[in-house]
Amino acid sequence: MKGSETRSSSSCAACKFLKRRCTPNCIFAPYFRSDEPTKFAKVHKVFGASNVSKILSEVPEEQREDAVNSLAYEAEARLRDPVYGCIGAIAMLQKKMVELQHDLTIARARLAHYASSSPLLNDDQAITLPPPIDPSPSSSSSGFPESFLLSQQPIWSDEDLN
Amino acid sequence: DYLSMNSSRCAACKYLRKRCPSECIFSPYFPPNNPQRFACVHRIYGASNIGRMLQQLPVYLRAEAADCLYYEAQCRIENPVYGCVGMISTLHQQIFSAQEQLAKVQAEIALINNAYTQQESSQFQQLDGLLSNLNNF
Repeated sequence: MKGSETRSSSSCAACKFLKRRCTPNCIFAPYFRSDEPTKFAKVHKVFGASNVSKILSEVPEEQREDAVNSLAYEAEARLRDPVYGCIGAIAMLQKKMVELQHDLTIARARLAHYASSSPLLNDDQAITLPPPIDPSPSSSSSGFPESFLLSQQPIWSDEDLN
Repeated sequence: DYLSMNSSRCAACKYLRKRCPSECIFSPYFPPNNPQRFACVHRIYGASNIGRMLQQLPVYLRAEAADCLYYEAQCRIENPVYGCVGMISTLHQQIFSAQEQLAKVQAEIALINNAYTQQESSQFQQLDGLLSNLNNF
């Protein structure tokens, strides 16, 4: 009846998965609760336990929860779309952004045309256009392309991105 | 020397200090002239995960997959907290802002159109009245 090793009932999802004792200062325990077993399983499948542990140890403690959540998101994306992962989502969002900018340019031009030719407006009724938005997403200094050109259709749909 | 065994090892096998077989899963995507590329993906994913992920894909998709893994790894090294998920957040915010601006501009256009149509239709009504008076005359 008695098991050969005693596992603490508060063993985190990571230590349960890795079948090891969950120590009081386990780096995974605060972020991989035992009621979310698939979260660690996915992160482990893509990154591996030691890489996750290394990434977490390089991040200040107050930012580790965000780091884990973004790793979980990336892992989920990679498992859903083994070719493009998160890049698929980024490409779709960039495409949506380009379409919106195009629509906005046309709408502004129409508004400007109406504003200049409308007999209804007095001089004191000048229409103020909303300021133009910054066209490029803030890209990092490592020179990522402003738009990803993918040869295949990513698995992401509009509802996945909302 | 083109035929030298040492220089024909791919960046992965050089990094891992092992022999590079002819059917090496890494060699088409991690050429020896770019050692930083493999070092980067290895740091985030590890060699066996990269190898497994590439192996599970049809050959014609592996190059793109390797490129995406490299971009994501670079993002994660540069931004250890958010990685490339930071770009997704930023894009969501920009899209939301653009949609708001578009809705504002479209509302302004609709306002002008509406006012213009009302003015036009009252002018037509006046003209109609005038014409029917003329007919009766």
